[in-house]
Amino acid sequence: MSVNSYYYRKLHSLLGVIPVGLFLIEHLLTNYTAFKEGQQGFVDQVQWIHSLPLVLGLEIFFIWLPLLYHAVYGLYVAYTARNNTSNFGYFRNWMFRLQRFTGVITFLFVAWHFFNTRFQVTLGHVTETTLGPLMHGIATQPVYFALYVIGVIAATFHFSNGMWSFLVSWGVTVGPRAQRVSTYVWMAVFVIMTIMFILSLTAFTDPSFQDTSNIKFK
Amino acid sequence: MAETATAAKKTVKLIVTRQDSPESKPYTEEFEIPYRPNMNVISALMEIQRNPKKADGSPTTPVCWESNCLEEVCGACSMVINGKPRQACSALIDKLEQPVRVAPMSTFPVQRDLVIDRGRMFHALKKVKAWIPIDGTYDLGPGPRMAEAKRQEAYELARCMTCGVCLEACPNVNDKTSFIGPAAISQVRLFNSHPTGEMNAHERLEALMEDGGIEGCGNSQNCVRACPKGIPLTTSIAEMNRATTKHLFKRWLGM
Repeated sequence: MSVNSYYYRKLHSLLGVIPVGLFLIEHLLTNYTAFKEGQQGFVDQVQWIHSLPLVLGLEIFFIWLPLLYHAVYGLYVAYTARNNTSNFGYFRNWMFRLQRFTGVITFLFVAWHFFNTRFQVTLGHVTETTLGPLMHGIATQPVYFALYVIGVIAATFHFSNGMWSFLVSWGVTVGPRAQRVSTYVWMAVFVIMTIMFILSLTAFTDPSFQDTSNIKFK
Repeated sequence: MAETATAAKKTVKLIVTRQDSPESKPYTEEFEIPYRPNMNVISALMEIQRNPKKADGSPTTPVCWESNCLEEVCGACSMVINGKPRQACSALIDKLEQPVRVAPMSTFPVQRDLVIDRGRMFHALKKVKAWIPIDGTYDLGPGPRMAEAKRQEAYELARCMTCGVCLEACPNVNDKTSFIGPAAISQVRLFNSHPTGEMNAHERLEALMEDGGIEGCGNSQNCVRACPKGIPLTTSIAEMNRATTKHLFKRWLGM
């Protein structure tokens, strides 16, 4: 069986959902504890993740490498499109264009976000227990907050619309009716996830995230 | 008499994108021709052919185009009219905004003016084996019967005239990709749904699982909007996505 663009593209599509899409949901649920339970709940959640066996291996093989492949191949896919919404201003054609646009925005955002959070832990500037104050520092700067909101909207849109596309590309939603219902479902997911992410981001601006003096560590 | 005088003055304005040879640069020329009732873009082009003068009165070469059946079943006269790819024969002047902008479907190699080479589409049909192989050295006897409901569904797909409009509308059919385009994918569905054609279904699916095959689809769904025959192209693509996915796993598992 020769390896050709069919397999590269299918792998890109699959990795976008498993594990990258699942990681986005996991990330959202972790962040959301900051809104729901405050810094104590957030720290507990972060510490639980760090207690997982082979956590670095999980990160490398289930997040970073799949994400890198999805991002780089995705940039190539976006480059090969000849967007024509000016002549064909249909809803799905706009979604096609936005999928590629938000993909590029998400790529830039994730690279920057990785640099000012996870990479800072690697450098030893912060530890996993002081991520709350780190995020507080970022979220309280209006420009950074705005960039995070843009990044989060792009990421959730790309995920939700990408799921719609995934279901078509693997032959799950075949007929027009199934595809229409799928549009409604994934647009609802987009709205819900965006609200949850922004609530989490707003939660980090709370003064209780300034330091970890009241936090109990495991 | 007064009415006739006004009617005689009525004109049709066209802006035609022209190109002298496959390699030369395209340019536009404006034309103003006398109006007649029930004109279509073809008859407007014929008028230019009869009297090849630009709107400013200066002479020019007649505009080249291709057309054949003049009833929207052959696909030869596909061109971009007011931004949308369609057949010139069914593009009625009375229903078009003026000036009518006429351009070649430049996704395909332009030969001259509005004449394009749709050869890649016929190559695609050969690639996916869009036929039913029944030739042999002996009589194979009658084929299996086809259910009427299935036949009606297949008929919808059989209306494809290889006109190229879906490829022109598709954002993923361009010089940066080798995407085969919606038409050939739908033909795989047509021939794989035929009781005799089904016997070679795997060959056609495998052709779609090669470079430039079905993976090139980015779900912009312009094709189904643009198709002059109303063929459910996106349903065909999704169904072939399902079939190729099944085929992929079956092959991996050695089933």
